[in-house]
Amino acid sequence: MEEAILRVFRGDSNGGEERIYRVPLKPGMVVLDAIHYIQAHYDADLAVRWNCKAARCGSCSAEVNGRPRLMCKTRLDEFRGTDVRVYPLKTFPLIKDLVTDVSWNYQVARQIPPFTHKEPEGKPFIVHQVDVERAQEFHKCIECFLCQNVCHVLRDHEGQSAYFGPRSMVKIASLEMHPKDVLDRTGLLREKGGIAYCNITKCCEDLCPEEIHITDNAIIPLKERVADKYYDPLRALLRSLAPSRRREEST
Amino acid sequence: MITQTRSPAVSSAVRPIRQDAWWVGPLITVVVVVVFAVYAVWAAAQGTNYRVEPYLSPFYSPVLGEGWWTLSPAFLVIWIPLGFRLTCYYFRKTYYRSFFGDPPACALPERRGASYTGESRFPFILQNLHRYFLYLAILLVVVHWYETIQAFVFDGRFGIGLGTLFLLAEAVLLSGYVFSCHSFRHLVGGCLDCYSHSALGRARHRVWSRVSLMNERHHLYFWASLIAVWAADLYVRLLASGAIGDPRIIF
Ligand code: SF4
Ligand code: SF4
Ligand code: FES
Ligand code: FES
Repeated sequence: MEEAILRVFRGDSNGGEERIYRVPLKPGMVVLDAIHYIQAHYDADLAVRWNCKAARCGSCSAEVNGRPRLMCKTRLDEFRGTDVRVYPLKTFPLIKDLVTDVSWNYQVARQIPPFTHKEPEGKPFIVHQVDVERAQEFHKCIECFLCQNVCHVLRDHEGQSAYFGPRSMVKIASLEMHPKDVLDRTGLLREKGGIAYCNITKCCEDLCPEEIHITDNAIIPLKERVADKYYDPLRALLRSLAPSRRREEST
Repeated sequence: MITQTRSPAVSSAVRPIRQDAWWVGPLITVVVVVVFAVYAVWAAAQGTNYRVEPYLSPFYSPVLGEGWWTLSPAFLVIWIPLGFRLTCYYFRKTYYRSFFGDPPACALPERRGASYTGESRFPFILQNLHRYFLYLAILLVVVHWYETIQAFVFDGRFGIGLGTLFLLAEAVLLSGYVFSCHSFRHLVGGCLDCYSHSALGRARHRVWSRVSLMNERHHLYFWASLIAVWAADLYVRLLASGAIGDPRIIF
């Protein structure tokens, strides 16, 4: 029977090593199946986080042959003829084996002011598809944090104290483009959110398993909104001449 | 501020890096951009052979400074397309990757450190000027179309020459490039939160949707328009110097 050779990182915050496992290959098998095989037949204590095995829960993010992927969406037959090296995400602190501590992402999420609306006056507001379709794309996010992991600002420049990361930009875009949200988060984006740290090099967009156009549809439009407010004197002048329904500044 | 400490555990084992030919794209980009830049500087500095009735090289369009400007007239206009392209979101991605290696390719280790500031400091904070270059580029598109229409007129008679086709291709592709711009997309409708309740909201949504479709091919327009402008200049230059003739049909 054909076999796949998996070289899996084993270790914890004190250090670790790569271990080699031979796993019988079955048609349609994904990397997560092979990890489960290893747990069942060789090392029951191999730590891995997973839940749905259907690319829905966003738990099984790891790095396969140097590329951040969902293990349940990565077929083994892609790697015929080469070893499959499975490592934990690089950007987050290691807990054990393939499991990292992604709590930083939730701490950042708590800094984003949630959806805020004003009580409707008079007629009920009818939501039209044209007004929500942009946010619908962003709501597909499964919080796998692969984009946060690959973003070089966080991954290589350790910019966690300067930049919220692409996942947070997607979240903020979904709120900023909501027809009934009344907050203005451009100040947050410019200051604590650090949107200027993103140099729009699109690695997040290239690997998002939900195919969200993170850079084109969330980050660049947000950069444009920040430019409207802080880098465009012409627009500021127009705004002051014709003050429109504007959002309240968030903190 | 939220920081996290990354465990050095995995770096002690050798983390795999991607093995594909990731460098091919950046290499081609560097070669094409350098060749184009050298040609553009040379052609702009010539100050001759840019006009042969009824054609005008796009590098020199519109011809300004006649009578008082002693250097090549190209220098009075070329800073507009130059600034527009240098601050283009797509081209930024491309040159940050291929010229600055920031990052050279996704998930590839890059030089580390906290000195990275992205687009938050001088000089890259100037990328926020892109919208101003857009306004000027729109004027340039109008001028290029005017020149293209002139290229159909041979001594007062309608006709089509090979040069007409070069200029027409240049005007079409330049229009595609300018009107698929991210800042243009923002300007026409991306800046709105609610299309159904804004003045001209529905119409702006329709325009925004069209521009969004073109925006998906913005990178193609970038390169195609770059090649078209180069080809049109070269053609006019060869024609004006007498090296080639211009096949034409005059009605
Ligand atoms: S935006 Fe995409 S890559 Fe990022 S967390 Fe959401 S689903 Fe994952
Ligand atoms: S486009 Fe911006 S957010 Fe996305 S990976 Fe690149 S730097 Fe990070
Ligand atoms: S196990 Fe749920 S996304 Fe992979
Ligand atoms: S020209 Fe490329 S984004 Fe504006």
